[in-house]
Amino acid sequence: MVVMKYNLPYSKKIMKYFKNPKNIGRIKQPDGIGRVGNIVCGDVMELYIKVKKDKRGIEKISDAKFQTFGCVVAIALSSMLTEMVKGKSLRDAMKITNKTLLKESGKVPPIKVHCSVLAADALQETIYNYLSKHKRKIPKELEKQHTRIMKELKTLESAHPELVTFEKKVLKRK
Amino acid sequence: MDYAATTPVDPRVLKKMKPFFNKKFGNTMSLHSFGREAKQALEQSRVDIAKFIGAQDEEVIFTSSVTEANNMVLKGVAFANKDKGKHIIVSSIEHDCVLNSARWLKKQGFNITFLPVDKYGFVNLGVLEDTIRKDTILVSIMHSNNEIGTIEPVKEIGKICRDHDVYFHTDAAQSFGKMLIDVKKENIDIMTVSSHKIYGPKGVGAAYIRKGANIEPLIHGGGHEFGLRSSTTNTTGIVGFAEAVRICKREMKKESAKLSKLRDKLIKGVLKIENSHLNGHPKKRLPNNANFWFAFIEGEALVTQLDLRGIAASTGSACSSDTLEPSHVLLAIGLRQEEAHGSLRLSLGRWSKKQEVDYVIKVLPKVVNNLRKISPFKGRW
Repeated sequence: MVVMKYNLPYSKKIMKYFKNPKNIGRIKQPDGIGRVGNIVCGDVMELYIKVKKDKRGIEKISDAKFQTFGCVVAIALSSMLTEMVKGKSLRDAMKITNKTLLKESGKVPPIKVHCSVLAADALQETIYNYLSKHKRKIPKELEKQHTRIMKELKTLESAHPELVTFEKKVLKRK
Repeated sequence: MDYAATTPVDPRVLKKMKPFFNKKFGNTMSLHSFGREAKQALEQSRVDIAKFIGAQDEEVIFTSSVTEANNMVLKGVAFANKDKGKHIIVSSIEHDCVLNSARWLKKQGFNITFLPVDKYGFVNLGVLEDTIRKDTILVSIMHSNNEIGTIEPVKEIGKICRDHDVYFHTDAAQSFGKMLIDVKKENIDIMTVSSHKIYGPKGVGAAYIRKGANIEPLIHGGGHEFGLRSSTTNTTGIVGFAEAVRICKREMKKESAKLSKLRDKLIKGVLKIENSHLNGHPKKRLPNNANFWFAFIEGEALVTQLDLRGIAASTGSACSSDTLEPSHVLLAIGLRQEEAHGSLRLSLGRWSKKQEVDYVIKVLPKVVNNLRKISPFKGRW
């Protein structure tokens, strides 16, 4: 058998997380859930977090897990994200963008940049879910991101009616 | 496990080609002995390839690839026959070079019908016959499909086209060299074939064009290839192609029988994986092709995991393409988006061994299972 000799178009870090993804699975009774992506484009990410207050009363992400249907980069970045956010305050976690992720992971081919956007969106949605569940005020920027993500989903759903059926059936999305 | 993508040059082919790089390097158009030597090699290659498919010598036109040949056929036939009609029929599972040529022709004012296929990828003969109109000039349906391996009922398709006086073109890039194709018996007017799929060099293809068929050249110049395809002859490549064909002629029967056996073993072994499915027809498929889809996982991740374990495979997932669209072939046979994303093609070839098949059967379940552990969909659809 030939052992792979030539580099994939992905960084060492991405391959590390792809080969050995950390924090796979769901958290039972999570404090926040985010689900982004869609089956048409072939990437779906689910992120789960637990939030705890520290001694000073600052809310911090104490645990994070993920499940991803998708390509190498999607899997690697969502796993890397869970490691990055653990121990971070919600306020700091909210600041993570796809650029932050790409800085951490190393470059990806242009066509895979959307995977990093998706991972960043997953985090935004998870925090949004946490805050709205606890009837807390949603920061302006987060609200803006949430509106954009929902709008993108709607556009896609109108172009692909089969997506709605799939989401209702499999993801139990209302 | 990816011989359908391309094949290595057979050492016997390479040996035949070598002198043509620097010793027998003449230009086939030159009148001197170097030129005549090259010309003779070219014409002998043409004769042997023509014989292999039951054609006459002058019916074989060399090109730089099957992509070029398919472009020439679609556009060349369209422009030469536009006074007769502007309707062209292609199957919806053709290779991109046929589909995109057809789409381009649409922009030039031609009418294109993309013929649907059934769940195995077969074209329906009744539907085809109903689709043919008075102004139909060309039907282009592949001999066998490059992704799912389905072999089309070419002879019957050809018969229908003959009855309606419509040109029938078949892209035989995958079938050629794996099974006997007699263009006369199979009612084929035009057939396009490739060298690099049959252990010949890359950069060579050919078109069989039935004598009398009306076609315009796309590449104009010094009038090479009976005026249909100008450009200095790639003698080295063509000599290699012809040698690859001669080897296929001798060994094809035995080789295809061996590969069919290995293929069936592979399919049987892989389908033991839970929630795995075969794409294409179980029997009427290329001897070297196996194509599956696995629920809950994505193909690029799967192919990369296999690559890390020394197995070269391919997928029809969107994530592996430059367009982020899943394979049009898998969607055409009725797979849903999420199913097409989880597809895997394994293709065998001349040097495939039983041990390699065993290794895949051993490794694949583990890899699929690992990816399913990560998937949010496991057990949900």
